Amino acid sequence: MERRVEERAKGADRTAVRRNGSGPGIAGAVTLNHGAGGVPMRLLIEETLSAGYLEHPVDGIGLAAMDDGAALRLPGGGWLVVTTDSHVVHPYRFPGGDIGRLAVAGTVNDLAMMGATEPLGLTCALILEEGFPRAELEAVQASMVEACREAGTTVVTGDTKVMGRGEVDGIVLNTAGVAVTSKVVTDAGLRPGDRILVTGTVGDHGIALMARRHDLEFDEELLSDVAPINALVRAALAAGGDEVVALKDPTRGGVASALHEMAEKARVSILVHEPEVPVRPSVRAAAEMLGLDPFHIANEGKALVGVRPGAVDAVLEALRAHPLGAEAAVIGTCGEDHPGRVVLDTGLGRRLLTEPVGEPLPRIC
Amino acid sequence: MSGADAGPVGTASGPGPAAAGRAPRPASAARVSKDAAELRFRDPERARELAGALEGVCRQIGRSPVSVMHVCGSHEQSIAKFGLRAILPDALDVIMGPGCPVCVTDVPEVDEAVALAQDGVRMASYGDMLRVPGSAGSLSDAQARGARVDVVYSPADAVELARGTDEEIVFFASGFETTAVATAAVILDDPPPNFSVLSSHKYIPPVMEIVAEMPHTRVEGFLAAGHAAAITGSAIFERFVERHGLPVVVAGFEPLDILAGLLTLAELVRDGTPAVVNTFPRCVTREGNRNAQEQMWKVFRTTGGRWRGIAHVPNGNLRLRDEFAKFDARRRFDIDVRRLWDYAPSQLTQVCICGDIMAGIAAPTDCPLYGEACRPDTPVGACMVSTEGTCRIWHQYGGHPDL
Repeated sequence: MERRVEERAKGADRTAVRRNGSGPGIAGAVTLNHGAGGVPMRLLIEETLSAGYLEHPVDGIGLAAMDDGAALRLPGGGWLVVTTDSHVVHPYRFPGGDIGRLAVAGTVNDLAMMGATEPLGLTCALILEEGFPRAELEAVQASMVEACREAGTTVVTGDTKVMGRGEVDGIVLNTAGVAVTSKVVTDAGLRPGDRILVTGTVGDHGIALMARRHDLEFDEELLSDVAPINALVRAALAAGGDEVVALKDPTRGGVASALHEMAEKARVSILVHEPEVPVRPSVRAAAEMLGLDPFHIANEGKALVGVRPGAVDAVLEALRAHPLGAEAAVIGTCGEDHPGRVVLDTGLGRRLLTEPVGEPLPRIC
Repeated sequence: MSGADAGPVGTASGPGPAAAGRAPRPASAARVSKDAAELRFRDPERARELAGALEGVCRQIGRSPVSVMHVCGSHEQSIAKFGLRAILPDALDVIMGPGCPVCVTDVPEVDEAVALAQDGVRMASYGDMLRVPGSAGSLSDAQARGARVDVVYSPADAVELARGTDEEIVFFASGFETTAVATAAVILDDPPPNFSVLSSHKYIPPVMEIVAEMPHTRVEGFLAAGHAAAITGSAIFERFVERHGLPVVVAGFEPLDILAGLLTLAELVRDGTPAVVNTFPRCVTREGNRNAQEQMWKVFRTTGGRWRGIAHVPNGNLRLRDEFAKFDARRRFDIDVRRLWDYAPSQLTQVCICGDIMAGIAAPTDCPLYGEACRPDTPVGACMVSTEGTCRIWHQYGGHPDL
């Protein structure tokens, strides 16, 4: 392979065909791939959306870390963790949840992924399209309230705008969250020898949405895993203490993108044992039918947890003792060869686990 | 292991319903039986045994590389997805040949579809076919310019579409003999008068002859696709073996099927035995599916034609027979592709080396476009369009690094 890599590099120089900015597409315009959570999105943020902010000093973890949220040092000690998310989802009600639950869970989980598992409060900004049914709005509101209750928090301020018909698609939600923590956990803390745990089954959210969009039915109903998992993460941190060294929620781009980001930031390689990764049979079947890889599919109620070898058993036990972590498993090991590379041991052989490039599209033929 | 006994299940008897019957049957019976069958063909221990035996045979051959070719995108999907190349002997080079029907659909064939679509005829085709570039863009580009193009999952869906309307519906048909059978079936089943077929169906056996005779080819044996052979029968390869003195092994698609097929193929290479061996007896017989063959040949005849990037392949294209002229879009419409040629072809397509890749003499990483300008979201060549294309599969599963 090394030989081929060199040839490829030479070939690229020779014909001067280079990746243009954030990838090919409509020249000078944002494409849907820029929003899919993979490489194009990361490049757009690095090249454009963080430009001009990075010069200003930040006491803590800011934009440059490209983490799930920011952690700002408090004058009296400890950290203020802040995160914000906008939510658009089709359909806005899906098996296992809706856009309201997704917004609360997404924000609470982003805080938890920084080690801040006790959110002080959330904000909620709402943009509605004229004609949006009042009953639907009440249903979304009710599920936000329920998700807040599960997370042990509430919405403390908000904003509402209504746009004309066609100016926005139904409903757009933005939520932000704040929390205080004494210790910040990033997604960059891995070193060789550390183990990677996943808190449960992989691919549930994205496959449930896609199955609904494509009218696929299975014996076992496909449900999104959308849930606030701050209590689950709190249990892991309580059991593992300082030995829990990295946290990341595998949302857009799935487990594959999350592992790549963790491996690249920490300059380690990760070997994943596919047979150990929990995937529901119905999710596996739907993915195979749609030509998708469950590792590329979004999750909304799962975390990848990096743990030093000595604390693996304690953390695994703590995760499994929690209802949302019953199917937690140790799925990978960090190494030092080829930093940034994620290798999948399929049980039959080995291959690279690649990052999805754009929005995973079902195979049509 | 002797050739005839090869195959992970040994004989034609398993796994199927019989094996499922022996398995414990909790909760969902249907689910469990499928999983049991799957596990049987994905057993890591058996895989290691087969890989070990393969290593031994390659050592006995004593040369490197020993190059064999498979001619099926589904084989490549399985090899890549399960990471099988990592356990294959270093000396064994498994090359993917022209096994992606979407990829070998030639530019003029796409142009015909695009021209029809731009003339206002409603087209129906498989999803992958929409993005295959012609000389003036793809069907998908035509759609963006206002043409009507429907994605269908089978020829029967296209017929359904035609039954529901008075408009002309043209089914742009692609695929090897497996899918040609399905197209033949709908044509023989009295389709509505507004339905017709633009056939770009291809026939695999003739292209194997072409690849075997290519000057640069190092191929010492072929792994043939089990699903196609289920229809044609394994006997179809006997004449090829006789002519070219190269062994052909028919293999299934589960990881153990492929390893067992490769082991048998390596044994035939070692022994210098040009023979056809069927290692997929649970699905394939020597005669094949006579009924399906009859239907196919009743509707189609072979004719020579270009396969994209490869060569002119005598008898490589399947076209509708005269008896079915009224369902043949080429005779039903006056298709004028010349006016499409005003468009200058993109410079990138001139750099694309899909042809060499499909002929097995270059790898995707030899192409300067691969992974850079040419990616699944912005394919330049057909090999990056189809889920059965070599470039797409390498991109999805990370190519062939030494792991």
